[in-house]
Amino acid sequence: MTTGTADSGTGARDTFPKLLAERARTGADQPAYREKELGIWQTYGWGHVAAQVRLLAAGLADLGFRRGDRLIVVGDNRPRLYWSMCAAQSLGGVPVPVYQDSVADELAYVVEHGGARFALAENQEQVDKLLAIQKKVPSLEIIIYDDPRGMRHYDQLQSYAEVQERGARLLAAAPDTVSAEVAKGHGSDDAIMLYTSGTTGRPKGAILSYDNLIWAARAGASFDGLRAGDELLSYLPMAWVGDHIFSYAQGYVVGLVVNCPESAATVMTDLREIGPTYYFAPPRVLENLITQVTIRMEDAGFLKRRMFQFFMTVARRVGPARLDGRPVSPVDRLLYALGNLVIYGPLKNTLGMSRVRVAYTAGEAVGPEIFNFYRALGVNMKQLYGQTEASVFVTIHPNGEVYPDTVGKPVSEVELRIADSGEVLYRSPGVFKEYFKNPEATNDAKTADGWVHTGDAGYLDERGHLRIIDRAKDVGKLNDGTLFAPKFIENKLKFYPHINEVVAFGHGRDYVAVFVNIDMIAVGDWAERRNVSYASYQELASRPEVYDLVQGEIEQVNRDLAADPRMAGAQIRRFLILHKALEADDGELTRTNKVRRGFIAERYKPLVDALYDGSRAAHIKVDVTFEDGRKGAIEGDVTVRDVAPHVALKKAS
Amino acid sequence: MAGRVRSFPDVLLSVENISLSFGGVKALTDISFDIAKGEVRAIIGPNGAGKSSMLNCINGFYHPQQGAITYKGVRRSQMKPHEAAEQGIARTFQNIALFRGMSTLDNIMTGRNLRMKTGLFWQALHIGPAQREEIENRKAVERIIDFLEIQHIRKAPVGQLPYGLQKRVELGRALAAEPELLLLDEPMAGMNIEEKQDMCRFILDVNDEFGTTICLIEHDMGVVMDISDRVVVLDYGRKIGDGVPDEVRNNEAVVAAYLGVSH
Repeated sequence: MTTGTADSGTGARDTFPKLLAERARTGADQPAYREKELGIWQTYGWGHVAAQVRLLAAGLADLGFRRGDRLIVVGDNRPRLYWSMCAAQSLGGVPVPVYQDSVADELAYVVEHGGARFALAENQEQVDKLLAIQKKVPSLEIIIYDDPRGMRHYDQLQSYAEVQERGARLLAAAPDTVSAEVAKGHGSDDAIMLYTSGTTGRPKGAILSYDNLIWAARAGASFDGLRAGDELLSYLPMAWVGDHIFSYAQGYVVGLVVNCPESAATVMTDLREIGPTYYFAPPRVLENLITQVTIRMEDAGFLKRRMFQFFMTVARRVGPARLDGRPVSPVDRLLYALGNLVIYGPLKNTLGMSRVRVAYTAGEAVGPEIFNFYRALGVNMKQLYGQTEASVFVTIHPNGEVYPDTVGKPVSEVELRIADSGEVLYRSPGVFKEYFKNPEATNDAKTADGWVHTGDAGYLDERGHLRIIDRAKDVGKLNDGTLFAPKFIENKLKFYPHINEVVAFGHGRDYVAVFVNIDMIAVGDWAERRNVSYASYQELASRPEVYDLVQGEIEQVNRDLAADPRMAGAQIRRFLILHKALEADDGELTRTNKVRRGFIAERYKPLVDALYDGSRAAHIKVDVTFEDGRKGAIEGDVTVRDVAPHVALKKAS
Repeated sequence: MAGRVRSFPDVLLSVENISLSFGGVKALTDISFDIAKGEVRAIIGPNGAGKSSMLNCINGFYHPQQGAITYKGVRRSQMKPHEAAEQGIARTFQNIALFRGMSTLDNIMTGRNLRMKTGLFWQALHIGPAQREEIENRKAVERIIDFLEIQHIRKAPVGQLPYGLQKRVELGRALAAEPELLLLDEPMAGMNIEEKQDMCRFILDVNDEFGTTICLIEHDMGVVMDISDRVVVLDYGRKIGDGVPDEVRNNEAVVAAYLGVSH
């Protein structure tokens, strides 16, 4: 079957159950899902999927599941859980996938807020949570479980298989039960409810329609030329909108093959075995992989290590150019081919990326080093910018225009607008319907004419690419009116391995100044190799050699900033290296290791003052909590250094 | 939760007046108790109380000088370890006894040894019946791997695994023999809380799903009281208590053996 990305018609195929019926009719034996059973990959064709979904839907109907009912789905990525979503949709219901690691309280909020009567749990662990919830939220009537392991004493519950048996009996008596309901569905109906992780307040249930999701699936697929038979490993939570689009919506719309890993711990092995052609990974996963590779290479023999270093240098120079279709000299081409034979090929194979045609990363800023590592190897890694409220896709890097500092160009039919405050707004056919039972939040996020606030500050550069600089609420201005985006500057510095944490100041000031936290391991290693002696973190942090090192990196960042007319005024003019590492235990970082800028500014006030009053050094004493809970104080003199701003050479005026 | 209240009518194994000594050292003196079909039976006691010796008698590794063991209605004074294995008794060891250089899969596969019937000739050629048998056994092993949630270490050499996982692999190998009676010698020794909880869950699941009778030695009283149906207490080779967890907990002799008494 070849209907894939292109317009595969509307009308009859405007919901997933209808798309499924179509796939089952035209390509019953085409692979749709794979999972490992007893160590062997089992493939399910579209015909099998359609039959399973129909049985489950009939069983649900027999249990009283009606149009508009919500089905909580909680568990790891399993084919049967994906099918249950389509079964609920077949009856006009709305599946509500929930993060499998949510604690019972979070789950209880979703069950109660969503008013769900039905829930499907993967295993005993999830069932136990639901049973605990059922006592507080009696509206939850029926709990179905998939994995019978450990479930012998849970008599009052239904197993997935039992529900399907019910379905079979009902279908024997009334064969049209499910198909009649499927025919009643329309593209404008609610398709799914996804709870957005609430950084502030309670999570909000964003409702997306079939039209939203099917548009997004098609737009993304045509942007990057996905086709039926492309393989995907579904290892990110089902409750996350990305997985819902990639593994579910695009599965049905494009005909992707969705591979479910055996367990969270086997993802690396499964990746290698499947060799996906379509891949998504958040930056931290990409970072971890590189760290693993680097450590393994450091332990390798001399010859291997030198080969790796040599060919990776070649790859960094040649790889991205090759991917972007820029001209490459014959010598480089030959070297790259050789490198591919001895290094890149085997490495990609180990990482499970041999066949990847399109890879996305998103979620947070990704370091150019990390990003370029994969592009150097020949993996078509791109950034994507999106939100639950947009059905994921807002912008993507187009082929041949991949720049690590941008998040790409708008996907077709997406309009972008930058508000006066610098906030990015978008409008597209993928824009969500509303937040469930929360009209105020809906009105805050979405204007009457359909523009959605992202909460991110950014701008469109001269290439038409969107650059995200910071959360809108964190962006400030210097006294001369220059835009000051602290996280943007901090991230640029943090990408250097020697720098662990950065706190930038500048809002309401004359210039930008930063606190730097060195990375003890990286700088310690650097110091040892240069015979720079030190006894403690504090001593290492105060060494002039280390200041020189950091200054060099700041000057590099200034050069980058100067190249961008919007940011040139926000170059770093003064810096100091903190005498202690910022710690969550001292309240300086959040538990997820984000700097608490306000708190730090207050706690280190003498140092902040020193950054702005021109002094060469300052004395500081702060209370600290040691890991074993004891309290103490660290004090010392901290040097402040000036950095000369870089003057952009081109067309500045 | 104080133990589980279940009743077991059939006796699977009974130990009658067992005494074992090594030279002048009396390891066990006149011990009698029984293990009912389908229960989780714990043997507890301070160090050197004779717990491991007791297990070794049951699976035929030690031969007691006195007394007899009745297993599945057959009374015998001696049984060889391989006979015990053939009769459906499997065990794990206090000090892990796995093949360190072999993978998890191969280690568990060795537990299927008794189920392999084809001769050396066919196995060497790996065709016909030998191949079919291998596939059957591999399936059984994969089921155990799935059950114990160790898919991610399927191909990893056992020697490289952390201790908690090695213990789980050892349990897997014992399960591979599809035993009727599973003897676990300190299955949770040296584990952290989370590993202990996992192991408890596996033990209860084995008991529930396969109906396997379990006899375990354990030092963590919390664990013993939670998962056992009945508990035997040994001290200096003598039985000083026997009953459901609550009875044992309140038994003065037991409290004295564990905590000492004030004089």
